[in-house]
Amino acid sequence: MPTTLKNEAAIAGIGQTEFSRNSGRSELQLACEAVSAALDDCGLDPGEVDGLTTFTMDTTDEVELAQNVGLGDLTFFSRIPYGGGAAIGVMQQAAMAVATGVANYVVVYRAFNERSGHRYSAGVGEGIVTADLVHWGWYMSVGLLTPASWVAMFTQRYMHEYGVTELDLARVAVVTRKHAVNNPAAFFYEKELTIDEHHDSRWIVEPLRLFDCCQESDGGCACIVTTPERARDLAKKPAVIRGVAEAATRGQENMTSFYRPSISYLPETDLVAKQVYEQSGLKVDDIDAAIIYDAFTPIVLWQLESWGFCGRGEAGDFVGDGNLELDGRLPTNTHGGQLSEAYIHGMNGVNEGVRLIRGESVNQPERNDHVLVTGGVGVPTSGMVLGQPD
Amino acid sequence: MSLSREELEAKLLDYVGREIGPPEQGPYPVNETMIRQWCEALGDENPVYTDASAAASSVHGGLVAPPTMMQTWSLRGVEMADPDAGRQNLQTELHSLLGDAGYPAVVATNCEQGYTRYLRPGDEIFVSTTIEAISEQKATALGIGYFINTREVYRDQQGDEVGWQTFRVLKFARAEQPGAATPDGAADEESSTPTRLRPPMAHDNKWWWDGIAEGRLLVQKCAGCGELRHPPRPMCQHCRSLEWQGIEASGEGEVYSYVVMHYPKFPGYEYPFTCALVELAEGTRMVANVVGCDPSKVHIGMKVRASIENVDDEFKLPFFRPID
Repeated sequence: MPTTLKNEAAIAGIGQTEFSRNSGRSELQLACEAVSAALDDCGLDPGEVDGLTTFTMDTTDEVELAQNVGLGDLTFFSRIPYGGGAAIGVMQQAAMAVATGVANYVVVYRAFNERSGHRYSAGVGEGIVTADLVHWGWYMSVGLLTPASWVAMFTQRYMHEYGVTELDLARVAVVTRKHAVNNPAAFFYEKELTIDEHHDSRWIVEPLRLFDCCQESDGGCACIVTTPERARDLAKKPAVIRGVAEAATRGQENMTSFYRPSISYLPETDLVAKQVYEQSGLKVDDIDAAIIYDAFTPIVLWQLESWGFCGRGEAGDFVGDGNLELDGRLPTNTHGGQLSEAYIHGMNGVNEGVRLIRGESVNQPERNDHVLVTGGVGVPTSGMVLGQPD
Repeated sequence: MSLSREELEAKLLDYVGREIGPPEQGPYPVNETMIRQWCEALGDENPVYTDASAAASSVHGGLVAPPTMMQTWSLRGVEMADPDAGRQNLQTELHSLLGDAGYPAVVATNCEQGYTRYLRPGDEIFVSTTIEAISEQKATALGIGYFINTREVYRDQQGDEVGWQTFRVLKFARAEQPGAATPDGAADEESSTPTRLRPPMAHDNKWWWDGIAEGRLLVQKCAGCGELRHPPRPMCQHCRSLEWQGIEASGEGEVYSYVVMHYPKFPGYEYPFTCALVELAEGTRMVANVVGCDPSKVHIGMKVRASIENVDDEFKLPFFRPID
């Protein structure tokens, strides 16, 4: 029995639907198409699949998915809460399942009509009075209702403490867009963005402008996780999970951790990074490229700091120095990120992480031994480092 | 004409439940020309609407009209845009009454239809309209006004029902329009303001909101170790005591962080507005609106003082105002 998850699991296949503003079909169908594409990608028979994991927010029922795609007998199914924070949490679930033999082939899936159906930007509302709804109740009457507004509250304080400026945020949006320009799957394919266009875009919630916020998308993504040994027998080069972790830390709230001594960094991301580095035996200098969850521009800065690519408050300069460019120190969000490819709750980033390891990205950097992929932040969060197979 | 709100609403009641007049006949029978134009405009290529031979071999046995054209057959064209040129009935009278009382604008808000049978070229359509309901005065994002629900029943030349429709319009005064209707009296004005979202009330938070309702800003204090905490929770994370009191805060504080809300706009909030994370003198933080100060003047470190104010008849919120 393994004592850590290092090199115990690999992503063998990836699949996705097109990303759009109106898919014209059910979330279940999107999930089925994404899973089917992932199976085809690595040549796995659906009957071999015996595990499923997804987000608590996903509407596609496990057994419905199994019925549609013709999956085998299931011995493992699980879900992870906290929106995009689950993006790599589900990878950890899958890795634990295959590492322990609870399942042999786990499908990770996430599909939604987040643009044409329920949009998360529409804010929190009423419902059954749970502890979580009581929590939202502290913000509803005040009007602090949307993901952008919660992130903006941290951003204002971070900018104040470290002298980070709107230009620093704009540079994140612009470099990410540069990558999307080359990606036919991206919503902003062939549509460049300039610093001035960012500056001229309207306020959503000060200090965040329109182009500091990701778009909203319809679409689905899926991947197949199995052991590195089994993955060798499948069609594609696998991406081996070197380390994977989740974390929630003291004072953690669901998007509103406003009451900690400092709100200018992400202690839960620090803890994910610490675990992943310890588990993998890797150091920050070993990371060649990154997929950093980017629902909003400032959260990229905080994660760069938490993962140790630069010091606290220095991420604006790190980005300004061109480090996220394809020829920079850390080519980042090579697919265009959620800011410019699509918002699929981080799972399109997982697929891009695998493409980077395979050498298949439309923006393939030269060095690709190790790729960092992170989940959503401001919530309990998660992250992993992918590496090359033996 | 100047009616008080009570007088207007008493008059409105007279209209409810009445047919607006005798059934009105559509200006033209159901015909192939209008069907073709409609199908082309909407891109509906179903041959049963436009191809006689295909329709003849279909279950319909001949051309039929798209069911959703039903209302089209009763509409009278451009003359409808001129309220004086059209024929007068109880519905036009009701709209004039509201228009004169300060609610000139109209917007359709809901429509539902049901179909009993397919209509065929040559069918004559007669519509009877009943005013089913008129709402109380409502405040909406568009402005203050009254919703009017009508029900139309469509019949053919034999007098048989072929379908029905419910239609809802808002007859209103535009929100920012100068000289627009204002409800009588201050209390009415408050009740007509679109209301802010209410927090859900449950075991662990209601006591705090009860304090606000009484004009007191409370902070939860652990009875075991004396630690203050906000937002309230049932158990103290330091000593796990379930005992606590609400102590009254001084109301003094300073802005620790803030945002200015622009988009999306929710009814009940006037944009742009400031949401701040305020650090109270007692040391806990809370999220509240900063008012009495342009959003551009709010800054981190700004000294503020709590002020518990009504947002409508029944609901109070703690706001913070700058200390000069």
